Amino acid sequence: MISFSHVYKRYPGGLEALRNITLTIEAGEMVFVTGHSGAGKTTLLKLAAAIERPSSGTVIVNGQNVGALRPRAIPFLRRNFGLIFQEQKLLFDRTAFENVMLPLAINRFDRREAARRVRAALDKVGLLGREKAYPVTLSGGEQQRLAIARAIVHRPAILLADEPTGNLDAGHAADIGELFRSFNRVGVTVIIATHDEAFAARLEPRVIALKSGAIAP
Amino acid sequence: MKAWFWHHADSFAATLARFARAPVATLFNCAVIGVALALPSGLYVGLANVQGYAQALASDPRLSVFLAPDAERSDAEKIGTRLGQHAAVQELRYVPREQALKELKAASGLADVVESLPRNPLPDAFVVKARDASYQALETLRDELRRWPGVSHVELDAAWARRLEAGLKLARLAVWMLATLFAFALVAVTFNTIRLQILTRREEIELARLIGATDAFIRRPFLYFGALQGLAGGLAAWGITWVGLQLVNGGLAELSELYATRIELTHLDAGDSASLLLFSVGLGWFGAWLSVNQHLARIDSR
Repeated sequence: MISFSHVYKRYPGGLEALRNITLTIEAGEMVFVTGHSGAGKTTLLKLAAAIERPSSGTVIVNGQNVGALRPRAIPFLRRNFGLIFQEQKLLFDRTAFENVMLPLAINRFDRREAARRVRAALDKVGLLGREKAYPVTLSGGEQQRLAIARAIVHRPAILLADEPTGNLDAGHAADIGELFRSFNRVGVTVIIATHDEAFAARLEPRVIALKSGAIAP
Repeated sequence: MKAWFWHHADSFAATLARFARAPVATLFNCAVIGVALALPSGLYVGLANVQGYAQALASDPRLSVFLAPDAERSDAEKIGTRLGQHAAVQELRYVPREQALKELKAASGLADVVESLPRNPLPDAFVVKARDASYQALETLRDELRRWPGVSHVELDAAWARRLEAGLKLARLAVWMLATLFAFALVAVTFNTIRLQILTRREEIELARLIGATDAFIRRPFLYFGALQGLAGGLAAWGITWVGLQLVNGGLAELSELYATRIELTHLDAGDSASLLLFSVGLGWFGAWLSVNQHLARIDSR
């Protein structure tokens, strides 16, 4: 489903974020990418989600070479993903309902079907009663769950999460972990970047450990 | 198809909602556009009215053939017969000098002055309507009649209308120049409004791109906004012109009463009104399009 082959990523200024990464993630897998901050976890996710292109090497997603994709085709590739960002990127001038609605509007869902799916997604993360709330009025854990609802509402084949438990206490982190596991159980490929070793260990997934931009042996 | 329709309807509704969220700013933007468009359209209305009057006057051009003041009645009859037989003459009216004097007395209100004249200073005249009303043909006929013996002077009534027409041509050019300038202003206003909107909605745009929105999807609400703002501005311009006309007509009513005639300016007709609105919608859309293209490119797409 996702395969990297001899991938390097250099940023302007000479920073080498990834070095010679070769890996394959099969459909339906649940994978944790671990490492200290600065190890290249976020860069790896960005390459997998076609947000960035590799400096050299090839990234293949759903059989498509991300580096060679025409710019017009990129939005359609991205719709295969559910993205949970480190900084969440919730829209603070919109209600929880409207935040979750955005991916469905982009995917041009029928309006009634879209509303039904938004409620289903909010229900899944336990926020059904808060659909009219604005993100500022939600707690940190609720905001994170709202971001997750937005990522899964269009039923993507691949879920990418960057530090989903970044600022949550252990109890909430465990809930979120369970949530990801439940998505994985229904066939969603889940890739999570985290520095939280305890969180990773509890779910006993496949782990890709990064160290200074390379895969640690 | 249904989803597509709903998406457009949603964009439209969201645009209206954005108008409502900043009513004062919206009002002022529309007012600026309205004023900018009202100037050329007001001038255009004035011009169209003057043109209408000029055409009504010039549509029936006649030649006035004046005989020498000392011509005898028999000379007049001879010339009358000759004119009647002329191929280019369609209609002929004889105005004897006595009748001309009577008409002058009645029309000008100079009865006292006319009374005091020792003798009739007016010559006999013929009013000729030509078969071919083109200016070229009228001029040829005038030059021919001038050379006839017994004819002292031939006046072409259409000459002043032609001068007026030339003046109007110049005024039309001025209207178009103004319209072009203000059209540019409209585009600039829209460009800036959209620029501000893009800046305030930057996060939303970035996020939408990350989760698979096409450029068309991102562009659409801004284009709607530009076009709607243009429409509102166009309506404002129409309204301003209408109010201006009502005021001018009020003044004109008083003036025309003094002159015992009826002059009233008419507003833009349906076609011109539609053109004005289409024009402003199109320019608003264009300004938004320019702005979106300019500024979206700067928001990192990857």
